[in-house]
Amino acid sequence: MTVNITRRQLIQRGAAGITILSLPGLLAACGGGGGGGGGTSETLRFANWQLYIDIDEKTKKSPTLEQFTAETGIKVDYFEEINSNDEYFGKIQGPLSKGQGIDREIIVLTDNSRYPGLMVDEGWLEKLDKDKIPNFSNLIDAQLSPSFDPEREYSMPWQSGMTGIAYNEKLTSTPITSMEQLLEDSALKGKVTLLSEMADTIGSVMKLNGDDPTSVTDEAFEAALERVRKAVDSGQIRQFTGNEYTGPLSKGDLIAAMAWSGDIVQLQADNAALKWGLPESGGMIWTDNMLIPLGGDIGKASEFMNFVYDPVIAAQIAAYVNYVTPVKGAKEELAKSDPETAENPLIFPDDETLAKVSGFDAQALNNQDYIEQWQQLLGA
Amino acid sequence: MGSFFHRHRGLTPWVLLLPGIAWLAVFFVVPLGYLGYQSLQSGTFPRYQFDWAFVNYTEAISDNQEQLIRSFVYAGIATAAALAISYPLAYWIAFRTGRWKNVFLVLVIAPFFVTYLIRTIAWQTILSDEGPVVDLLKTIGLVAEDGRLLATTLAVVAGITYNFLPFMVLPIYVSLEQVDRRLIEAAGDLYASPVRSFLRITLPMSLPGVFAGTLLTFIPASGDFINAELLGGPNQQMIGNVIQSKFLALVDYPAAAALSFVLMAIILVMVAAYARVVGAEKLTR
Repeated sequence: MTVNITRRQLIQRGAAGITILSLPGLLAACGGGGGGGGGTSETLRFANWQLYIDIDEKTKKSPTLEQFTAETGIKVDYFEEINSNDEYFGKIQGPLSKGQGIDREIIVLTDNSRYPGLMVDEGWLEKLDKDKIPNFSNLIDAQLSPSFDPEREYSMPWQSGMTGIAYNEKLTSTPITSMEQLLEDSALKGKVTLLSEMADTIGSVMKLNGDDPTSVTDEAFEAALERVRKAVDSGQIRQFTGNEYTGPLSKGDLIAAMAWSGDIVQLQADNAALKWGLPESGGMIWTDNMLIPLGGDIGKASEFMNFVYDPVIAAQIAAYVNYVTPVKGAKEELAKSDPETAENPLIFPDDETLAKVSGFDAQALNNQDYIEQWQQLLGA
Repeated sequence: MGSFFHRHRGLTPWVLLLPGIAWLAVFFVVPLGYLGYQSLQSGTFPRYQFDWAFVNYTEAISDNQEQLIRSFVYAGIATAAALAISYPLAYWIAFRTGRWKNVFLVLVIAPFFVTYLIRTIAWQTILSDEGPVVDLLKTIGLVAEDGRLLATTLAVVAGITYNFLPFMVLPIYVSLEQVDRRLIEAAGDLYASPVRSFLRITLPMSLPGVFAGTLLTFIPASGDFINAELLGGPNQQMIGNVIQSKFLALVDYPAAAALSFVLMAIILVMVAAYARVVGAEKLTR
């Protein structure tokens, strides 16, 4: 929704500060496709989210991108222009629906939004050239067959994140570990936020109800929606947010919030009282996927995907962005240089954690009726 | 060129108008026409078909009454509050600040040096539950002990009022500034009390500024969505939030376009009625 200006961008800095920093990004994004880097045969144009690749603090350049250029001779035009799936899709759908390209080789969209599935269905994506991606074998098993692209013909994961519950230890005597507490514990009334992404909130509540979010039925959806509605009507829920929950949570305006794992890694560095965990009934996992939009150069894009699936490179990126890497062997690589990060369960979740998370039904994500009901519950 | 304009003197105003007309045609009329075209389409994304789907309009009104009414109520309250704050302020700047006038005018405009979004995010901090404002209001009993300001109607209306304040202050200031001081002196010479000379001279002469200020505040405030988004909760969402959600989350462009037109139409009707009541023709002569 909204000014869902933010998603990943709040990471690492305070809310206000980062919004200033992101304005050039917003403006650049508003400039649209035309401003692209020309797209000579030697250039790869890569659109990604804010603060979502390794950056050398001194040179302000990405070691990963520089190494890629050194190795392949392909220059990378890197655009930090994606602030929300909805907004970015709104920008690119015009040319795509007319069968035109958008001057990008790779874009990154989240599989808990409707758009990756929609773009596959509409034929707006180019197929990967798997011959150029021998490192495809490094993709972790859990990511091999997402429901929007079961054969991974069109997509490769960039990073994943988990959706769970964050709370401020100083403001509550009991740990907050269940969705039931968030929705119904009157001690938290008006001090709780939920996420405005349907998949995150409805999925987590479905799990609380004992339903399966990977295969959504009308009854299960209704039940979850009603349970959230009750919490909204009672005044329990203060707001629905993108990652704007980070500011109020750090300041103590919120006792608890539904929160993304990567954000919390950063917030905890400043505020040790913040705790994060998956709900007892299980949490959600989402994955940002690299996609080749219509007209993108398949060869160069595939070559780049292969490059970032090298465990050494994947470790380098994971150490910086703090999200869950989909590349086998990255943890072992990182352990050599940064053992502390390699042991962080939010960045390299163990099997027990992974067993507690699931994705959201791609069909349900594109169900216009569900989206409409969800948006109405958000007040709009 | 010179002799051309000499011979065709009547053309000059049109030539001067040309850049403005061209600008409006390209960036206002054409997009608006396209929006109108889109508002009469039906189907599902991305295969919308133009078929005179006027049902989009009836649905836009019937499905969103709550947010429509709320938007105009919020905008109305914010406009009234902005007027109540701005008039005395503009009066004071125009009549009492002497050579410091420009300093105070700069102070009024100063918030505009920061973008709208940042100013509103700053209000999140100002109104924060643990912040000084809420603390103070709790101490004097205006906010309940377990109460808050963020994610309430008050916060949204206060945010809108603040954000549009300069649009109210400046036109009122300009009209007050133009009041001929000799008229007020003359009224005094004729034994009019200060209150009477204010009511009979200053106030009527400043009404064009009030008229412009209320419009400049009310119109953008009714379509605003930033304040509701950042300072409100699910029960404070305005029509701008609905349009945004229909455009971006639902990708239902026809519904969003129709709703935009409905909003525009309601505002036009309200402005026309207001202009009639206040007698805009007399005011803007």
